[in-house]
Amino acid sequence: MSALMPPSDRLWWKEPIEKVELLWILLALLWAVLMFVMMPYWHVYGKQNLSSEAYKTTAEAYQKKVQAMVDQYTVRTDGARDFPVVRPPAGSDIYMLARLWDWWPVLELENGKSYRLHLSSLDWQHGFSLQPANINLQVLPGYEMVVTITPNKAGEYSVVCNEYCGIGHHRMVGRIYVTE
Amino acid sequence: MATASEFRTCPDTGLLFHKPAEKLMKINAVVAVVFLLVGGVLGLLVGLTRWPAVHLLGASDFYMVLTAHGIDVLIYWLIFFEMAVLYFCSSTLLGCRLATPRIAWLAFALMLIGAIVNNIAVFQGNSSVMFTSYVPMSADPMFYLGLIVFAVGALLGCFVFLGTLVIAKAEKTYEGSLPLVTFGALTAAIIAIFTIASGAIILIPTFLFSIGFISEIDPLMYRVIWWAFGHSSQQINMAAMVAVWYAVAAVAFGAKPLSEKVSRAAFLLYIIFLQLASAHHILVDPGVSSTWKIFNTSYAMYLAVLASMIHGLTVPGAIEASQRKRGFNKGLFEWLRKAPWGNPAFSGVFMSLVLFGFLGGISGVVMGTEQINLIIHNTIYVPGHFHATVVLGTTLAFMALTYWLVPVLFRRDLVMKGLAKWQPYIFALGMSGVAVFMMGAGTLGVPRRHWDLSFVSAAFTHNFPETAYTLLGLMGISVVLAVIGGAAFCGIIVASLLFGKRLSLTEKGETPLVAEPITSYEGVGMGKIVAPGTFVLALVFLVSFVLYYFVNWKFLAETWGIS
Ligand code: HEM
Ligand SMILES: [Cu+2]
Ligand SMILES: [Cu+2]
Repeated sequence: MSALMPPSDRLWWKEPIEKVELLWILLALLWAVLMFVMMPYWHVYGKQNLSSEAYKTTAEAYQKKVQAMVDQYTVRTDGARDFPVVRPPAGSDIYMLARLWDWWPVLELENGKSYRLHLSSLDWQHGFSLQPANINLQVLPGYEMVVTITPNKAGEYSVVCNEYCGIGHHRMVGRIYVTE
Repeated sequence: MATASEFRTCPDTGLLFHKPAEKLMKINAVVAVVFLLVGGVLGLLVGLTRWPAVHLLGASDFYMVLTAHGIDVLIYWLIFFEMAVLYFCSSTLLGCRLATPRIAWLAFALMLIGAIVNNIAVFQGNSSVMFTSYVPMSADPMFYLGLIVFAVGALLGCFVFLGTLVIAKAEKTYEGSLPLVTFGALTAAIIAIFTIASGAIILIPTFLFSIGFISEIDPLMYRVIWWAFGHSSQQINMAAMVAVWYAVAAVAFGAKPLSEKVSRAAFLLYIIFLQLASAHHILVDPGVSSTWKIFNTSYAMYLAVLASMIHGLTVPGAIEASQRKRGFNKGLFEWLRKAPWGNPAFSGVFMSLVLFGFLGGISGVVMGTEQINLIIHNTIYVPGHFHATVVLGTTLAFMALTYWLVPVLFRRDLVMKGLAKWQPYIFALGMSGVAVFMMGAGTLGVPRRHWDLSFVSAAFTHNFPETAYTLLGLMGISVVLAVIGGAAFCGIIVASLLFGKRLSLTEKGETPLVAEPITSYEGVGMGKIVAPGTFVLALVFLVSFVLYYFVNWKFLAETWGIS
């Protein structure tokens, strides 16, 4: 009987299943398991993994930390609105904040060195999208996320906002420089 | 007990229609198509704005229209149609009276009022928050109120469906177990109830937040619960789509499921594992541990993926086996070559199946992988993916079913049959372009929901590669083609309902509307395999899946180190 009618065999759960189904289920299950294994595998052997490190914070507390870094390590200013360019030492904690509609400040990093990047928002949700490296992170107010980043190519990078954040969303662009 | 005069038997299909239920199916389906029409026009405006050479709308109009587009098609078009499907699968397929038609009308009224209130709020311009309405961004209270009223209506509709199943069982209108298609609809309804509950848990406080009654909503909690609603509702669409696949296979070929057990178990997997799928929207959020992410995306999601892969084999497999039984038993693919490609109900469903799998399914699993999400999250790849699932998959399947419902439910002959033959192809081609080119641009980092890639008057600027602009241009052209296909659908259906030749309520028409059911697949296929052609196609799918999956790991490996 067709799928529009009750099964013709009242004890349908006792019917044998078709060979082709069995074969496919086995293959698909194998693939599902392999895909599962890939994620823990990458945590061990891959170089791109998010940490679980994050803290609850507030706009004021976070802004204070960012300001402290800016006060200490600013080397020049840049961009249409003269944002400070901050060059913190390799290996240190670096901060970027999102607010309507800026990524602030500009960071200058050394290629091949690691930094602990902190991200948080002072107001709404934003999307940290580092281009052209194409790394995308969600930035939430009240949460301070920490990721260790290691640039692998010198150059000029942009931070585009890719979480819709109101009418200035498409004007929200920041800058990260990576020097040799 | 209902009286006989409340029923009519469809002379072409033998289906027993409960008249009050029939009215409800019609009205829900018609309203659905109206929302598709409105949403399609909005989609055109959005698409023409994202085509850099055209850049049609201004920024605030763009965000407003994008909000309306997402909600009108994703929520209203699909859910109104699903209500019609639920009533059909319960009342009509079981030959049973609909439980409490009055409450079903109340459900419909609440849904319609909610949808209208919500649309008014959006078009007044101060609710351009996208359908996700992430806090602390906040919309007009009417925006949430509309959604909540709509959700209450949809919930009532699900209960009417369940009530009808209970009555059918009690009044013994059918023998044995539920038909597979009804079982699929039941899956959709159960998921819907869970989903709407999550929606209420999050939207009610958000409404209170928007009127200032609550001062703060935690954004992470919002995202987790919102996606328990937002993602699971995609599982409703998927379960309903798969039910429609089985239904059209049965209608066009008389196909019997390869085995009831496998198909039902696959539906069951959807129910068991759906809640966890919300995790893959939160893969790059702060405050969520990797273990949680891996557990929720893989353990759970891959079993739901497994379920879809099963349906992806069993539906075409059953079509193949039925075709073979009818004599198209030569070689691997005679059954496919000789399929009724000029019947839009079949061609629509077949393309829905193939494109959902190849474009929507593969991309979804890839971007739902914990680490790979880093290079895809919130890029325009994401809308590329879901236009492949919810448009090429669900919408195309619903369109296909509608071609069959016009004569069966509305008793009207289709008009413009020549155009109807081509419509699924035009729409599928255009929409595949939309999906693929968005995914391509997303791979190059182009953001979603973004008005201006030239970043005029920003503090800094960014130049996306030339290729990204080319891809967006190709997307724009595909948008136009897809809209032509979508408009053709709406035009054909509306014209058929208004001007199509009326079919007799008692006499059989010239063209058969449902194929003789096949009772067994004895003696078909090759060796012990009843559907060898489908199996080969499935292997092609698996190989593409594996290749594309690992290509993305390679992309990921090329970017900065993150730990
Ligand atoms: C011919 C018809 C359609 C066209 C041309 C079209 C085009 C588009 C475009 C260009 C976007 C914007 C992507 C962005 O900037 O982020 C979009 C977003 C979207 N579309 Fe469509 N679409 C169509 C039909 C549909 C249908 C039928 C559905 C659902 C069933 C749908 C669901 C969505 C959703 C949910 C969004 C996301 C809105 C958001 O990001 O908030 N679309 N569409
Ligand atoms: Cu932003
Ligand atoms: Cu933004």
